[in-house]
Amino acid sequence: MFEFCEDPSALETARWFACYLTNGVHFRFYQSFLTVLLLLAITAPVALVFGFAGAMASRSHVAPLRWIGKTYTAMVRGVPDIAFFLFFVIALDQALEWLAHQAACPDWTDPIRQGANFIVCDAAKIPQSNAPQWVHEAYNFSIAVFTFAIVFGAFAANVLFGAMRAVPRAQLETGEAYGMTRRQTFWRILVPQMWIYALPGLSNLWMILIKATPLLFLLGVEDIVYWARELGGSRTSQYQYPHPDWRLWYFLGLLVFYLGMTRISEILLGRLTRRLSRGQATMAGEDQRKAVA
Amino acid sequence: MKNIILSATLLAMSAGAALADAHSVVRMGTEGAYPPYNFINDDGEVDGFERVLGDELCARAELTCEWVLNDWDSIIPNLTSGNYDTIIAGMSITDERDEVIDFTQNYIPPASSLFVALSEDADLEGGVIAAQTNTIQAGYIAETGATLLEFATPDETVAAVRNGEADAVFADGDFLLPIANEDADLMVVGDPVQLGGGVGMGLRETDTELREAFNAAIQSMKDDGTLNALIIEWFGEEAATF
Repeated sequence: MFEFCEDPSALETARWFACYLTNGVHFRFYQSFLTVLLLLAITAPVALVFGFAGAMASRSHVAPLRWIGKTYTAMVRGVPDIAFFLFFVIALDQALEWLAHQAACPDWTDPIRQGANFIVCDAAKIPQSNAPQWVHEAYNFSIAVFTFAIVFGAFAANVLFGAMRAVPRAQLETGEAYGMTRRQTFWRILVPQMWIYALPGLSNLWMILIKATPLLFLLGVEDIVYWARELGGSRTSQYQYPHPDWRLWYFLGLLVFYLGMTRISEILLGRLTRRLSRGQATMAGEDQRKAVA
Repeated sequence: MKNIILSATLLAMSAGAALADAHSVVRMGTEGAYPPYNFINDDGEVDGFERVLGDELCARAELTCEWVLNDWDSIIPNLTSGNYDTIIAGMSITDERDEVIDFTQNYIPPASSLFVALSEDADLEGGVIAAQTNTIQAGYIAETGATLLEFATPDETVAAVRNGEADAVFADGDFLLPIANEDADLMVVGDPVQLGGGVGMGLRETDTELREAFNAAIQSMKDDGTLNALIIEWFGEEAATF
């Protein structure tokens, strides 16, 4: 990075740290922060969509749809995250490869399961085994997003389901009195008003999602906790920058990062609560109305 | 514009499908946390004895190789499920592992495992001994009277001794010696123990051709003396050679 980094062992402390903190492996550490933020940015809306679909299905008048919605929320919420992550990801990966295998290699005669091995033909490998490393990483990342979205979608579905029932019945009756159809009442009256009831539950989920990101490493994505442990471990002079066990400092850095994320989230969620309370038949909405009047 | 992107994607995909014949890229799975066998260097790349050896073996076998990192804990399951094609991670050849995967011939002769502790009188018979999970060393300690304390990474096993959690750490001598030499508090205690049948590359049991290719490459490195030279370069003059 800097020109004076040629021989780290000869540097005084400040320069040594300037070089140490900008070496290649630290850039991979910094990149992993972006990975985590990207995961949050993609997963949160996708999980919300899953949750919304789940909640809609759960209150559907069509019985099979309702069963699907109820089963989804009950099952996924009941399984421990770590078990779900280990089981579901392997199962999903193998299911995709099995489907690709059926399509790509119909002439294959060997069994796919041979003891512990899961063997499909090379054309059915997802991603292709000769694909560049970034394709493998992107694939792992998308699987991670999908899995996180399913898990957190189930919790969101329950939160939204409750929020939909919390909207005062009188509001919906008014809509019906104006001759709106069921669908119109749902989209024009129920959905715009339910968010304020859903927000406390959803904000909990968001906080839990932030904390759950270290599960990424289970899915083969190198996240910030992995790198903190890796970089903090003691280094012999085999490395350019030998140092004793510094894991404490790296984990302290993570602590600051997570607390910072929490603080930013609180501020934004506070603003969102004020915005959504506007004109609502809730105590916060009533206070706002009085303040203006 | 959209069409260009679309056709470029299609082209890339069909090119990918055409190249898909077996093992045009061999993915080498390693742990990256066991210096000097394999570690992530300061530039963030896989480095170490096995990196140099692996690249040389691939060159001799005329294979294109790519390095992949994986946790030690799940390194065998991820090989059998096809996430990569070989394990080259300082893995000792043992009968238990041989039932699940196949090994090439060894590229490091059977070497000794050592105990490292903070004091000469550490209790190796009945004390607490740290070792990495799923290693032959952990298996060995479990058979003795000592209490086994397992960790996921090699570095944590040494840290456990430094902070007094364990009386001693038990691991490959080649890994522990550089650490013990540089840290004035740590010392080698007890006698070296001979374990396993040397270190080899792990492959899926179905990949016979690939195993033979690597076997031949390892043999040619043994025959022309480059393997011994490489072992001495990374593990020092006292290291066991072929």
